[in-house]
Amino acid sequence: MASTKEMKQTLFGPIFANNPIALQILGVCSALAVTAKMENTLVMCIALTFVLVLSNVSISIIRNHIPSSVRIIVQMTIIASLVIVVDQLLKAFAYDIAQELSVFVGLIITNCIVMGRAEAFAMKEGPGMSFLDGLGNALGYSVVLLTVGFFRELFGSGSLFGYQILPLITEGGWYTPVGLLVLPPSAFFIIGGFIWVLRIFRPEQVEAKES
Amino acid sequence: MASKNDTMGKTFTVIILLCLVCSIIVSGAAVGLKERQEANAALAKQQNILRTANVDLQGRSADVVFAERVRLMTFNRETQELTEHDSLFALEDALAASSAKEGGERAAQAGVRGLRADIPVYVVRGEDNGIASYVIDIRGSGLWGMMYAFLSLDPDGQTIRGINFYEHSETPGLGGEIQNPRWRSNFEGKDAIDSDGNVAIRVRKGAGDNEVDALSGATITSDGVDRTFQFWLSQEAYGAFLMKVREEGAI
Repeated sequence: MASTKEMKQTLFGPIFANNPIALQILGVCSALAVTAKMENTLVMCIALTFVLVLSNVSISIIRNHIPSSVRIIVQMTIIASLVIVVDQLLKAFAYDIAQELSVFVGLIITNCIVMGRAEAFAMKEGPGMSFLDGLGNALGYSVVLLTVGFFRELFGSGSLFGYQILPLITEGGWYTPVGLLVLPPSAFFIIGGFIWVLRIFRPEQVEAKES
Repeated sequence: MASKNDTMGKTFTVIILLCLVCSIIVSGAAVGLKERQEANAALAKQQNILRTANVDLQGRSADVVFAERVRLMTFNRETQELTEHDSLFALEDALAASSAKEGGERAAQAGVRGLRADIPVYVVRGEDNGIASYVIDIRGSGLWGMMYAFLSLDPDGQTIRGINFYEHSETPGLGGEIQNPRWRSNFEGKDAIDSDGNVAIRVRKGAGDNEVDALSGATITSDGVDRTFQFWLSQEAYGAFLMKVREEGAI
């Protein structure tokens, strides 16, 4: 078993030091699509955490028996099964949110973070470390998504988790919502801003200039 | 290690075992949660019907209000008779058991297939127990797929009270605006059918009297909504029911 320091590194590293969205620029698609409301964002983060942790652990458990010729198919089968289970659970327990998230829950199957961690980490390390790695990367994903969701809902709709914070001008308040923030492309700007701020504090993440 | 795993036998064993385990998990989840999901879908439907009829829930659960205020009926397009049902499940069973009866040319234009002789009517009662509105279930094809809507009408069987596209796959921001409250409010107070029983409501560009202006940038969607009305409010479908309401008074 790995040392405590290594375990901490695996769990907390992906949050800021090696964030899957901000540094590796993976899983951006869902970050654009589901972040217009905090509630949906949070549910999406929980769904991804569930899939990522369980797929990492189960792939790690059987890693010594996976024939290398079909390893991607094996990973995909496991991930796809977990995603279907999550989708069914959401439809049973959070029907309204499941309707709004619609295809994006299903698209976790193709989320590069899940596939990437399975191939890069769970195929090599034991279940314990893979669990931590999955949790850490899911946290890294969630931090970015919740940040984006926070700005988009607060300034786009004047609310947080559906509670009105800034009274809208259309309802007799003073706040004119920024319409752009309700639309998916605005998440690009916020993710860009997130990466910018992150790299001010961690200059080592800045890529070297080409040629 | 790699060579031992890569034999034909081992590959097949691993794949078959994996598929078995995964399919058991997936089907277990699907079967185990089915009841809850169906209850959720029914609740969503009840909420949509009540919302279309403008019923204030006053903080109560939709299924309670629905059971109290809504009578479930089916209208037979051939015999023009109404049948009452006890529950949403009984109504859906009756609809599924009803004989197939295709619509005419208008139904084909609206893209409506799989029509049955019986169509549902939700009779919503007001606080005073009188009829508050009739909610009918309509559908038609838009640009990308079917658009499903509830249309509520005043007790006179003529004036539109509200419309709610509860399921559609139109482009967000363009055709998706059919669910925008501002556009939907254009329908309120318009006549569904005229005194002779012809379809009165239209959706088109540069709307005139008793017409709703088409959505800009969504011509095919708007035309689809128009054709949906042209079929469902015709005498082949709900138009006959609305005439019956007008002639025989409240149901």
